Amino acid sequence: MQHLKAFFLTALASATSGGRRYHLWMGSLTLIMLIGAFAYGIQLREGLSVTGMNDHVSWGLYISNFTFLVGLAAAAMMVVLPAYVLADVDFSRAVLIAEGVAVAALVMCLAFVVVDLGNPLRSWHLIPGIGFLNWPRSMLAWDVIVLNGYLLLNLSIPFYILYGHYTGRQREKSKYLPWIYISVLWAVSIHMVTAFLLAALPSRPFWNTSLLGPRFLASAFTGGPAFMILLLWFIRSETEYEIKEATLQKLAMITTVAAQINLVMLGSEIFKEFYFPTHHSTSARYLFFGLDGHNGLVGWIWTALFLNVVATTVLTIHPLRRNPRVLMPACLTLFVAIWMEKGMGLVIPGFVPSPLGEIVEYSPTWVEFAVTAGIWALGLFVLTVLVRVALPIEMGQVRSPYIAKTVTGSEEGLEKVPAGTPAKA
Amino acid sequence: MSTDREMTFEDVLRFAAKTGVESSFDDVAPSAGAGMAPAAGAAPAHGTPGRRLPLPVVDARAAGAAASPTTHTSCATGTCGCGGVRAAAERALEREIRASGEWEAMPFDADPARFPDFAAAHGRTPPAPTVGAQADTLGAAAGTRPGSPDAGGTVLDKPVDRRRALGMFLGAVAAGTQAAAACAPFSPMSDEARERKLLEWAEYFKGNFRLMTDEEKAETIRRLERLAYLKQGVEVNIKATEAQPGVVFGYAFNISKCKGFRNCVEACIKENNLDRRTGTQYIRIFEMEAGEINLDHADSTFQHEVPAEGHFYLGTQCFQCANPPCVQVCPVSATWQEPDGIVVVDYDWCIGCRYCIAACPYWARRFNWSEPHVPAEELNPNQHYLGNRARKKGVVEKCTFCIQRTREGRLPACAEACPTGARVFGNLLDPNSEIRWVLENKRVFRLKEDLNTEPRFWYFMD
Repeated sequence: MQHLKAFFLTALASATSGGRRYHLWMGSLTLIMLIGAFAYGIQLREGLSVTGMNDHVSWGLYISNFTFLVGLAAAAMMVVLPAYVLADVDFSRAVLIAEGVAVAALVMCLAFVVVDLGNPLRSWHLIPGIGFLNWPRSMLAWDVIVLNGYLLLNLSIPFYILYGHYTGRQREKSKYLPWIYISVLWAVSIHMVTAFLLAALPSRPFWNTSLLGPRFLASAFTGGPAFMILLLWFIRSETEYEIKEATLQKLAMITTVAAQINLVMLGSEIFKEFYFPTHHSTSARYLFFGLDGHNGLVGWIWTALFLNVVATTVLTIHPLRRNPRVLMPACLTLFVAIWMEKGMGLVIPGFVPSPLGEIVEYSPTWVEFAVTAGIWALGLFVLTVLVRVALPIEMGQVRSPYIAKTVTGSEEGLEKVPAGTPAKA
Repeated sequence: MSTDREMTFEDVLRFAAKTGVESSFDDVAPSAGAGMAPAAGAAPAHGTPGRRLPLPVVDARAAGAAASPTTHTSCATGTCGCGGVRAAAERALEREIRASGEWEAMPFDADPARFPDFAAAHGRTPPAPTVGAQADTLGAAAGTRPGSPDAGGTVLDKPVDRRRALGMFLGAVAAGTQAAAACAPFSPMSDEARERKLLEWAEYFKGNFRLMTDEEKAETIRRLERLAYLKQGVEVNIKATEAQPGVVFGYAFNISKCKGFRNCVEACIKENNLDRRTGTQYIRIFEMEAGEINLDHADSTFQHEVPAEGHFYLGTQCFQCANPPCVQVCPVSATWQEPDGIVVVDYDWCIGCRYCIAACPYWARRFNWSEPHVPAEELNPNQHYLGNRARKKGVVEKCTFCIQRTREGRLPACAEACPTGARVFGNLLDPNSEIRWVLENKRVFRLKEDLNTEPRFWYFMD
């Protein structure tokens, strides 16, 4: 028990101490969160009428970010799977960070769903027992279960491992490995379920395609590892935490292959919609070419496509991918492209035109932008804290003061004095 | 998009049977429930003669009858007791239900013979379906999968205890919170304002309407009526009239007659207390170009003299589908289909996720993006819990075929207001109803039949 108390005190100390840049970073995130909270306060008071949504386009920026971030959460699997299941040592040092990304992404997902609710105070209606969860009929009920379950898995597994390091106890593989297997399958499920949430609606032919689930996976394994590469590269350059070049390269390979598959699927969808356009292709027509003078998303989607194709091409060429100066911008480009395409580019056209053929366009209001920025800041805040807490423990710099004798030789980072990392609590 | 198909008698029966209120089986309790339409009515009872019940007739057109040329002709096939057709339709339906898996989700076991006592005891009591539905949903809420081995046998006594326990729990919570709120007056508050806060506080903790006991329903209605008075000084009368046995509502719309006057839209707004600030409307009248039935090219916002040359008019609203996609997707079961086919929303249970809006292929649902407002002098005080009572911001609402009127044998406001006689409303189970006459004698079609939603709203022409 004393270990636990010490652990959280250490965690608090790690998270709150750092250099000037660190405080500046966390301060800016807090400021953005506060602005978001202010905007959300307005939305709570006035209702969702302060957003750009309406009866025609009834989901907007919030749900767009939600669908994208589910992918980011699921992408942790691409590190967890090789690290634990295939026992690839190159990934072992990235795995806790990947799980941190998953937690942060899930926190954002849940936040985006909550801010999208018309009656967030009635969320307890979803809790079986005191409320009523329409499971298994509603795909949204499935989503509630899988997202919260995945969050729980990604909190408890890293905590178990990290806490083991902290207290200097050996963790038995047999105890946590089964959960890792479950979490890998679970990662696929969160993304498939979210895709099914949209694909389940025959009223919206744009989403009602069996390719949606696989495409969600492909884009998730494109955007997620791309983000991981950026993050790992940043950690490597800013701290003493050692991440091998091989780790980045393997992740880059995963990103590249997923991006290629994603483009193949995108091409297949475009072919189906436009070879012989039917009534069901009107949403795609609106998205790519505009409909009766309404072309709000045309520039958006072509930008996304352009960025996507360029980044994928660059990554496909080996020498370019192996050059960090190219890899990082390419990953950033890809990440943004996927966010554009799988967020607004997927959700909004589903509502345009309406099922009865009426065209109402959507553009987010400042409230939506502020709330969205606030939630992203929240996610980055959570991620920073998690990484900040995990790294010193992983490097062996921080150990429970109640360990009888010093644990030695467990980690290699002991003798180094990392810059910018917190001292012992 | 739409197919021109004749409505056959079997089809009518299918829809009738889908709701579980079939006259031949009135000795077995019909089911209510979350989209699981058919229950006992689908049980195979081959060769049962089509015994006719004294069904309440809802098709008496008060105003538009004279305008309508359609006469109340008794249908040739409808009056016959063709049990064979019925049995065949029911067998087909049973297969369909079994295939869809809904059979497992039924309130009681598929074999009614196993529970003859239950059927006999509850068959003729109107609340029976609700008991069944409550039992089932409660079973699910308490973690028992519907259709689990004990779902059939113990459904009679167990859930009642659970329900009572839930009621007591919620009551205790509400009482406790009320006391807490009363003991901690932060600011000087008028008695009325405090009463309002307490009522709203108690309202917050109430359960899903279908899980409430009769006393709980009465209590919440009292609270809501009082709240309406405190808010606007209007004495409203909120009813919770249940579906009448032997009634399934259907609607037919004559596209030859409609001239686009939109009296129906206006009547609907008034009758259903629709938000005046944002101009919510349940009904849309599309001005269609002659020569095609393509809503993409139609205009629902026309502002000119009607009827316009070279155009015809087609009205849409909620079609009360027999297989409603909106009901299935709701994560908290805040929307469901009643035994008379009306798809309703529990405004106080809806969390406002708007998944149902995305799921509706007919764009029939509306969301309260801000606090709805109806001036006190325009408020319709004759309300129904599942119909036109006050909504709050952040919840979904929809057309209920004017549940507050039609369950008392009146026409929906839109049908009553129509000056052209384009709107035909009635009981699909009544062979003598005008709607049945239309379905049997006119060429009818429905929108997007390919989606398998089975709307109970047909279009026809003279």
